[in-house]
Amino acid sequence: MFRYAVRRCVGMLPTLFVIVTLAFFVIRLAPGGPFDEEQTLPPEVKANLEAAYGLDRPLHEQYLRYVAGLLRGDFGPSFRMRDVGVSELIARGLPVSLTLGVSALLLALLVGIPLGVLAALRERSITDHGVTLLSSLAIALPAFVSGPLLALVFGLYLDVLPVAGWESGQPRYLVLPVVTLALPMIAYVARLTRGSLIEVMRASFVRTARAKGIPESQVIRRHALRPALLPVVSYLGPAAAFAVTGSLVVETVFGLPGTGRYLVQGAINRDYTLVMGMIVVYGSLTLLCNLLADLIYGWLDPRVRYE
Amino acid sequence: MSEVATPIESGLWTDVWQRLRRRRSVHAAAGVLALLVFLAWIGPALSPHAYDALDWERMGAPPQLEAAHWLGTDRLGRDLFVRTLHALRLSLLIGLLAALVSVLIGITWGAVAGYFGGRVDAVMMRTVDVLYSLPYVFIVIVLASLFERGSLAALFLAIGAVGWLTMARIVRGQTLALRRREFIEAAIACGAGSGSILVRHVVPNVIGPVVVYATLTVPQMILFESFLSFLGLGVQEPLASLGSLINDGAREMESAPWLLVFPAGVLMLLLVSFSVLGDGLRDALDPRAE
Repeated sequence: MFRYAVRRCVGMLPTLFVIVTLAFFVIRLAPGGPFDEEQTLPPEVKANLEAAYGLDRPLHEQYLRYVAGLLRGDFGPSFRMRDVGVSELIARGLPVSLTLGVSALLLALLVGIPLGVLAALRERSITDHGVTLLSSLAIALPAFVSGPLLALVFGLYLDVLPVAGWESGQPRYLVLPVVTLALPMIAYVARLTRGSLIEVMRASFVRTARAKGIPESQVIRRHALRPALLPVVSYLGPAAAFAVTGSLVVETVFGLPGTGRYLVQGAINRDYTLVMGMIVVYGSLTLLCNLLADLIYGWLDPRVRYE
Repeated sequence: MSEVATPIESGLWTDVWQRLRRRRSVHAAAGVLALLVFLAWIGPALSPHAYDALDWERMGAPPQLEAAHWLGTDRLGRDLFVRTLHALRLSLLIGLLAALVSVLIGITWGAVAGYFGGRVDAVMMRTVDVLYSLPYVFIVIVLASLFERGSLAALFLAIGAVGWLTMARIVRGQTLALRRREFIEAAIACGAGSGSILVRHVVPNVIGPVVVYATLTVPQMILFESFLSFLGLGVQEPLASLGSLINDGAREMESAPWLLVFPAGVLMLLLVSFSVLGDGLRDALDPRAE
């Protein structure tokens, strides 16, 4: 399994390379450059600025320099935020975004799985219909609708939680952003767990376990739940990607100092290196999460063999 | 939604229509959707205000009957009722156009890949796989930033350009199955060219699943558009989209909560009714799924 993981990691490199190359050239297609909006700049100053950042060189040369820098772990300077490197910006914002994403994923599993189990065990009861209805609602609602509405209710009307801010990650400030990000994921996890557990409970090995006289709670915990969680694990990959994109919105809504806003700011300001850095970081995060999901899948399902 | 249920192959589609009509939730969703479309169409004409007109007397006014500001006004004194419905119209329009773009690209890509098979298929579908593995939001953001900000054509092109991947996969799968059928062989034997076989024989036969998936694509596109507008990359002032209205409202929810509640409510209704309709349609097509 270790060898498999290593080989998958190596296999990620070509994909990342394609992402970097595509993104690099597509961004440069855009009209305008990073120093266009400062209209007071005399042409000589602008030319000097561009020369200082190597923007006057031919495109392929800039590309080679950028890739060489990446291989050394250097994301280059930010064009718009003076005196700050992209690596530094990432190092500052990433802990915030990661805290947000990981907490939301954990919350989704901790709440979603029990809800799904509850709904599955009481199929067609009021509980079941309630869970199904709420989950459709949560899936249909994007974070930029649910986030402000949650802030309005819990932050202003009930006044129990802070509406915005980070305050170095105090739990009180984390609650609303994490819940907003987790809501659709909770709904998906509950739905997947419910569907597959209902199916597994009808399988013959569950009947066998019951026939052996094992108490129902043990049957569920020991025999049924493990195979029933496989679809949930496959969902972890897409869920991680979802958490990444969702954090963009949630950070905007709640004013958090994460990396998400750099992507949007960078795209608007034509801050090439900043956008590239974000794409590299988020791209590798997504790929890593997919790998992790595959590994957990193999651990849960003994039929999977790593070749 | 009646075009969805047009009996293309009478047996299957009559059944689907029957199953669809039996579901009360589908009725409700279709009703809400029809109402929203109707409002978006005639709503702005009901009010005496224009979407970009400023009312200097009443800036940031709460909902009131006075001066016909039924949903209140924003910070600049623009009528929220008209702006919300105007935004709804824009969102529906962009959603439909983007869905159309993505469906057209998807059908072409999938049909060509599936029909020619071999190396063409491998290269084309590999491309789809790679694009799938990229976080789509970044592609959309990069594409949206390519054009002048606020260009509507560029916006729905950017959104439509990433929406076609699933459609291409569906169409390719269907085409692969069709390719071996006798009527295609007969067409080849008659000397028909690849192009005319694709247009006349392959595409008409994959239209069923395409229609179903297209109805599911529209709300996705609306969501994309609102998302971009929310981030400030989409529709620009003085035009508004539901996303940009929600963004404005969220900034002022302490002093003027109605600016957030009404646009968010409309988008919520729109997305929920689309998703209920989509679920109903999927269930109706697959009777095994309860």
